[in-house]
Amino acid sequence: MPERLLEVDDLSVHFATEDGMVRAVDGVSFALDRGEVLGVVGESGSGKSVTAMTIMGLTRGVNAKFGGAVRYQGTDLLQVSDTEMQNYRGNEIGMIFQDPMTSLNPVYRVGEQITEAIRAHEQIDKRQARKRAVELLKQVGIPNPESRVDDFPHQFSGGMRQRAMIAMALSCNPAILIADEPTTALDVTIQAQIIELIGRLKRDFDSAVIMITHDLGVVADIADEILVMYAGRVVEAAGTRDLFYDPQMPYTWGLLGSIPRLDRPRPERLYSIKGAPPSLINAPPGCKFRPRCPHAFEKCVEEPRLEQRVETPGHLDRCWLDVEYKRAHRGSMIHGDTSEAA
Amino acid sequence: MAAFLIRRGIGAILVCIAVTFIVFLIFIVVPGGGATGTAQRIAGKNATPDLIKSVEHRWGFDRPIYVQYWRLMHRMFTNNLVSYTSQQKVLTQIWQGMPATFSLTIGAGIIWLFFGILVGVISAITAGRLSDRVITVLALIGISMPVFWLGIIARYYLAEGGVTTFFPDGEYVGITSNPLAWFSHLFLPWIVLAVLFIGFYGRVLRGNILDAINEDYVRTAKAKGLSPRRIMVKHVLRTSLIPIVTLFGLDFAGVLGGGAILTETVFDLHGVGQYAAQSINNFDLPPIMGVTMYGAFFIVCFSVVVDLFYAYLDPRIRPT
Repeated sequence: MPERLLEVDDLSVHFATEDGMVRAVDGVSFALDRGEVLGVVGESGSGKSVTAMTIMGLTRGVNAKFGGAVRYQGTDLLQVSDTEMQNYRGNEIGMIFQDPMTSLNPVYRVGEQITEAIRAHEQIDKRQARKRAVELLKQVGIPNPESRVDDFPHQFSGGMRQRAMIAMALSCNPAILIADEPTTALDVTIQAQIIELIGRLKRDFDSAVIMITHDLGVVADIADEILVMYAGRVVEAAGTRDLFYDPQMPYTWGLLGSIPRLDRPRPERLYSIKGAPPSLINAPPGCKFRPRCPHAFEKCVEEPRLEQRVETPGHLDRCWLDVEYKRAHRGSMIHGDTSEAA
Repeated sequence: MAAFLIRRGIGAILVCIAVTFIVFLIFIVVPGGGATGTAQRIAGKNATPDLIKSVEHRWGFDRPIYVQYWRLMHRMFTNNLVSYTSQQKVLTQIWQGMPATFSLTIGAGIIWLFFGILVGVISAITAGRLSDRVITVLALIGISMPVFWLGIIARYYLAEGGVTTFFPDGEYVGITSNPLAWFSHLFLPWIVLAVLFIGFYGRVLRGNILDAINEDYVRTAKAKGLSPRRIMVKHVLRTSLIPIVTLFGLDFAGVLGGGAILTETVFDLHGVGQYAAQSINNFDLPPIMGVTMYGAFFIVCFSVVVDLFYAYLDPRIRPT
């Protein structure tokens, strides 16, 4: 039985704003074991980043309200004080962010920023911390780490900065690495390198990874499990293979259809999901995807629960449609066949 | 770095030369009035016809324009620029005013920088809460109060001959002759001059800090598990202070160059600013020309210093 590191249980995150209560995350549950890679996929505003930041305690503020629990090795991080939370951040859970261009402080050397993270959690002197920083830079594939450790961020390219961010996040050997859209701001070739790097380091450091992305292609190779999020909810959760070969939620079909594929004949144009994500202040009643779903019917005004509807255990979804009907009709959205395209 | 220094130094010299041209144009060429008219302006209100005649000849106002410029510069740099109203050499007068002006500027500068930063940090940390609002109101009052008014009020209530006698009234005492008297004579001028800048710096810094707090690298620092104090000091304040350095360099140079005319006059400090004010009152042009160039010199020097300091603070603009 693998070690259970993190359990997110019915998490909700609401922000009070002048326009009303924003229900950014509403009832999200998942679990993460050591060595596992969990992909969290969804478009902008689906609540995936807020979920990740809440695990780190970065969404705390006067206008934020939390519900449910985030249990890290048995401790509910939502109940932990902000000062205690400093021991978890960086030390137990490391995080890398979307934009490496702005995520490093421009006025400090890369090495200083890494040693600062190490020395925040460990009692070691500057010399040793610096040695560790060089070692880490080497592990993330920075050439000449002995001299580059003294460079400033602006002397690094985007890909190198993201590598430095990864080195910083891993500097205290955290049990969990959260990568929030780590490749979105990078070139496609660099993207592949960074994903490959995260996969390799996960094995070297024996950590678990939560990989957040809007691009299913990014997590296809690396993730063991994938959560698809929409409007602050999990709408489908499955093993990566099941999600790609037997997707149950029309929203997932849309996401799959929006990835260009090399192994199939090219469709006229890639599928794009019509409309925009719903407002998180006044979400529509029933299934949140209903207004944009080409297969919606009467029953969809009632919200479906996230539960297993197919034969595979652990494959959960929120869709009222009959499984056989879905298997027969999803092809047009996923592959962009012209026969049935909307 | 050496190349940067040389480049910046040459730039500074060119700016100083440009300032001399502009001073020459404004005071000599633009007002016009022909050779005699110009000489009359330079010689002052009470000049005799003989004096005017002699100024016209010796300053070369009857000669081509480049000769006039050259003679002005020659006088300026050989300490032969003389006020015909007071019969005193301008550079000597400026030199004698410098201790008072420097004492005023350095003391007030320390006070306004320290309290400006303190006020800015406190109001940014407590943004939106009561202390921030109180500071905002006080800062606006500080910025809006005219220096001459505040100075006279301070003298009336706190200085000898007024309501109370906490401080001696006006005048400058040299630091070498009596350090204690130096301090007590300058205390009120320091505060009065600093109040305006404290409010202004506090407001600017508050805005900078609130911008910096939302930067991605501050979120990164938080995600590393740093303490709020360390995040504030090392990551937020460090970047927020960069624009303050520019402001301080130029304001400091401005006051050093005789810019605190009102404060020096109200407290009768006999500094460079007061010298300029008296000369303006007397329509005495040579001292005004002298003080203008002296002030410009400090501003140019300090902008070079600010540039160097900037490169130290922000590695992105450091010359490589």
